[in-house]
Amino acid sequence: MPTFEISPQMMREIIMDHYQNPRHKGKPAMPEKYQVMHASSTNCIDDFDVYLLSVDGLVKDAMFDGVACTISTASTDILCDRLIGLDFEKAKYLIEQYMAMIAEKPFDEEVLDEALAFRNTGKQAARIHCATMAWSTMEEMIEKEEKK
Amino acid sequence: MFDPNKYRKDFPMLRNGIKMQGHPLVWLDNASTTFKTDSVISTISDYYSFYTSNSHRGDYDLCFKVDSEIEKTRDVVASFIGAKAQEIVFTSGTTNSLNLVAFGYASKYLKKGDEILLTEAEHASNVLPWYKVREMTGASVNFIPLTKEGRLTVENVKKSITANTKIVSIAQVTNVLGYIVPIKEIAALCHRNNIILVVDGAQSVPHLPVDVQDLDCDFLAFSGHKLCGPTGIGVLYGKYSLLQKMDPFMTGGGMNAKFDMCGDASFLEPPMRFEAGTQNIEGILGLKAAVEYVSKIGMSNIETYETELRKYAVDRILKTGNATIYNPDAEAGIITFNIKDVFAQDAATFLNSKGIACRSGQHCAKILMDFLGTVATVRASFYFYTTKEDVDALVDAIAHGKEFLDAYF
Repeated sequence: MPTFEISPQMMREIIMDHYQNPRHKGKPAMPEKYQVMHASSTNCIDDFDVYLLSVDGLVKDAMFDGVACTISTASTDILCDRLIGLDFEKAKYLIEQYMAMIAEKPFDEEVLDEALAFRNTGKQAARIHCATMAWSTMEEMIEKEEKK
Repeated sequence: MFDPNKYRKDFPMLRNGIKMQGHPLVWLDNASTTFKTDSVISTISDYYSFYTSNSHRGDYDLCFKVDSEIEKTRDVVASFIGAKAQEIVFTSGTTNSLNLVAFGYASKYLKKGDEILLTEAEHASNVLPWYKVREMTGASVNFIPLTKEGRLTVENVKKSITANTKIVSIAQVTNVLGYIVPIKEIAALCHRNNIILVVDGAQSVPHLPVDVQDLDCDFLAFSGHKLCGPTGIGVLYGKYSLLQKMDPFMTGGGMNAKFDMCGDASFLEPPMRFEAGTQNIEGILGLKAAVEYVSKIGMSNIETYETELRKYAVDRILKTGNATIYNPDAEAGIITFNIKDVFAQDAATFLNSKGIACRSGQHCAKILMDFLGTVATVRASFYFYTTKEDVDALVDAIAHGKEFLDAYF
């Protein structure tokens, strides 16, 4: 089944929307219930915390808070959007598909939805890290939860 | 009239039609490193192609040549900054030079209760070594306040000095704000109070005339790669009497006079005492070619040109109405700015998409809060080979800043 075509203009709008009005940016009201992990890099300014709340292998909430560029803010916000409500298997599949897209390898478009806006990140190699930082951090957090 | 194009032909990186993201390269990141001349590159290549050998006590001709080229470099660097050859120590760069003073001098002579004064505009390499000294000796590290614009004044140094102050360590030109610090006056003030003045010259020595005798600073650190020289080579200048009192940071071959297995060792006199191990020979030789190149242009010509170019850039950038400049009145060719409503890192990516190399950065939190009022900025930095056309490309990109996401489409 073909997915809908996403135009560059729509991609721009999705990125700007999640950058200017992030839905999941901020500290959770009850941070003690969340697993938190720091995401930062020596290659860029981005420096933020990622929060994950899960119950019985299901993502209940995901948030982030800190300093981040447009690509990093928007990609993290969309990640949180997509993750909430998924079980760990689906969550890991989503992250895997996103990483494949960024690496310009074959991937499953269906699950990515708005995250497709980042398919051109490879054009600005220095920002690949920004587009994936929260995603790999979240993957690590899910794996940690699974081991509990 | 200074013409940068007269020099651009001497730089492969500027004449080889290098492109970035499909655009001709516009290099505005000279505060982080500079391009190399043919003379620097061929000097290095000649060493490997025609007279490779190690330095120190060679009994054959090739080694003798290397030794004499190294000592010639010391002479050239010494006369470049008004020093004596014996006061020039080769290091791996400014960071190494400052660490050498911190570990070799400060950690030896400072004690609990002593004070080291820095400013809040210093680069990490002029802060962190002093934190190590604090850890090792119990001395305190304090900061001289800057003016509202981020300038260091003699008045503020005077107010900060106490009876316990033993070392003042400051940049002659700061890497973010680009103000020229009145080193000569500060040196006089320090010496009246028996304080050692250490100067970070990383951003000044490549861009303006620096004469250590005139300034009367006690130590001066700088890097070769910021003045068209190779990476991995730098200089520590120290007054000879101070170098003699200083301990080596590293020990080993090339710096000892003799040693035995009973634990006795004696070290060579400075500067050799501080040059343990096989030196960065290609770096030293390349540094000579670089210093000769910039000296021929004339450091005051370079300074005058960069000041003019800076004025041109500030005027044009402000005219776009699309940027904030945080140091419009600074003297050095460093412009720190943000494009309106664009996060610094996004702006730098956008500039990359236009072939323009600038650096985005997050600076010391205190400086940001007090002077910049922002978490991050973009820095454009010039050199004598930067042209008005380079500046125009930057201005044009800034004017179109709101299209920053075009970098991806």
